[in-house]
Amino acid sequence: MQEDQIRAAMLRKSRAAKIEQRGRAISFACIALIVLVVIAIFYFVASKGLATFYHNGVNVWEFLSKKSWSPSTIGPHGKPEVGALPMIVGSFSVTFLAAVVATPFAIGAALFMTEIASNWGAKILQPVIDLLVGIPSVVYGFIGLSVVVPAIRNVFGGTGFGILAGTFVLFVMILPTVTSMTVDAIHAVPSYYRSASAALGATRWQTTSRVVLRAAVPGILTGIVFGMARAFGEALAVQMVIGNAAMLPKNLISPASTLTSVLTSGIGNTVMGSLENNALWSLALVLLLMSLVFNLVIRWIGGRGALK
Amino acid sequence: MTHKNIITSRDVHIYYGDFEAIKGVDIDFPEHEITALIGPSGCGKSTYLRTLDRMNDLVPGARTTGDIRLNGEDIYAANTDVVQLRKRVGMVFQQPNPFPFSIYDNVVYGLRLAGIRDRAMLDEACEQSLKQAAIWDEVKDQLHDSALGLSGGQQQRVVMARVLAVQPEVILLDEPTSALDPISSSQIEDTLLELREQYTIIIVTHNMQQASRISDRTAFFLQGNIIEVGPTKGIFMDPQHKETEDYISGRFG
Repeated sequence: MQEDQIRAAMLRKSRAAKIEQRGRAISFACIALIVLVVIAIFYFVASKGLATFYHNGVNVWEFLSKKSWSPSTIGPHGKPEVGALPMIVGSFSVTFLAAVVATPFAIGAALFMTEIASNWGAKILQPVIDLLVGIPSVVYGFIGLSVVVPAIRNVFGGTGFGILAGTFVLFVMILPTVTSMTVDAIHAVPSYYRSASAALGATRWQTTSRVVLRAAVPGILTGIVFGMARAFGEALAVQMVIGNAAMLPKNLISPASTLTSVLTSGIGNTVMGSLENNALWSLALVLLLMSLVFNLVIRWIGGRGALK
Repeated sequence: MTHKNIITSRDVHIYYGDFEAIKGVDIDFPEHEITALIGPSGCGKSTYLRTLDRMNDLVPGARTTGDIRLNGEDIYAANTDVVQLRKRVGMVFQQPNPFPFSIYDNVVYGLRLAGIRDRAMLDEACEQSLKQAAIWDEVKDQLHDSALGLSGGQQQRVVMARVLAVQPEVILLDEPTSALDPISSSQIEDTLLELREQYTIIIVTHNMQQASRISDRTAFFLQGNIIEVGPTKGIFMDPQHKETEDYISGRFG
């Protein structure tokens, strides 16, 4: 009799176990919701974006390689032209140029904050960087429009709108992201590498350049790709300074466009289900796939860094 | 056999902020001998070791007074080139700390710092140093693989090769085997005994058997003071102080 009671007590779920189970169910529900939302977004963008190809009969290769973009009017070939190459080129140009310009500044600032003046440098620069991250992109765009564009116009001539202006604005926008991730990467370099290097007779600069930066390369690359992902997806600020001409840019100061700028300026003016609208969704699909690629690159670099 | 003293120190005090970690230490290190610094945790033996290549300079708030000379030169003099000093006095740390580079790049790191670019010279030094550290045979086919792929004992010997490549006069070792298994430890000990011919070695160790096996002289540290220093045999067989006897017989520590 007593044994049965003990057995029953042992087999009964404890209060703690029940709470545990409930907690697990709640967190699983949250994760499931997020996954569902992501899948829904992918499905929606893909179904709309792919409609251009199977519904409106546009060739995928022509979409990616043709240079003229006029989905709302009949072109010389008797049908609307949906060549997205100018936007793809525009997006990649501003992204890569912004990353190229931002990287040396980010590494310099990060080294100053970590290795050179780690106490007061970080104290002053960290809030500045946090502030820069928090500034809305429309403010960056406005400053680009009223300062950068006129400056380029004065120096190089032309309208001032174009890839160069976009690069400048994006450079400032991604600088804090890349800097703070570079700072994290440098902080993650174990201090015993620094001691080992110093004990071998390295100067501080030798230790920094040959050991710390080298060991931090995977982290720094991750930061750069993060910055590029942000630059690639930025719409408003770029739209304000790039000129919004859907043609292949001839140089850095001729008006151009990016995937995002065409999307934001066009999506409100088209009818759902029409070719114009579907073509914009195709651009969105390209954007989404590129974000995915950036993500995979980040994971790949991170994985390689962990292995070493 | 009497050797001339390569390092002499007189009345060395080391402070971390207000805390006096070393309270007036006098000790000399003869050339081509292995000196073991022993003592319980926190007695200051590692702290003392790190003053000899001025690694304590990197610790915020650390301050050293007294007179420490390497071949008669005051290493705490205002005009001492710390970078040069650390090339003459190499250091191996407790945790194996190879850089996350290839074995080759690790070993020639110090030479490249000195501006040596000649490939043949680097290759030669790499092989030489790895042989001296008794690890050449194990790694000669994987010189360009990451040093982090090696076992702890192998890493520690690559680290020793990295120090040897710079051809220092003195090698400081801060508990170099305490993170290793017994077999790796004894390999390191054998290596040290061979290196004694060419280098002066000062080793901090927790392991008293190790001190008695490999060292010519032993210094016993306790609470920031040297209690006793002398030939290892004398310290272990016939300690002059009660504290020394208590420590080596395992009564405290």
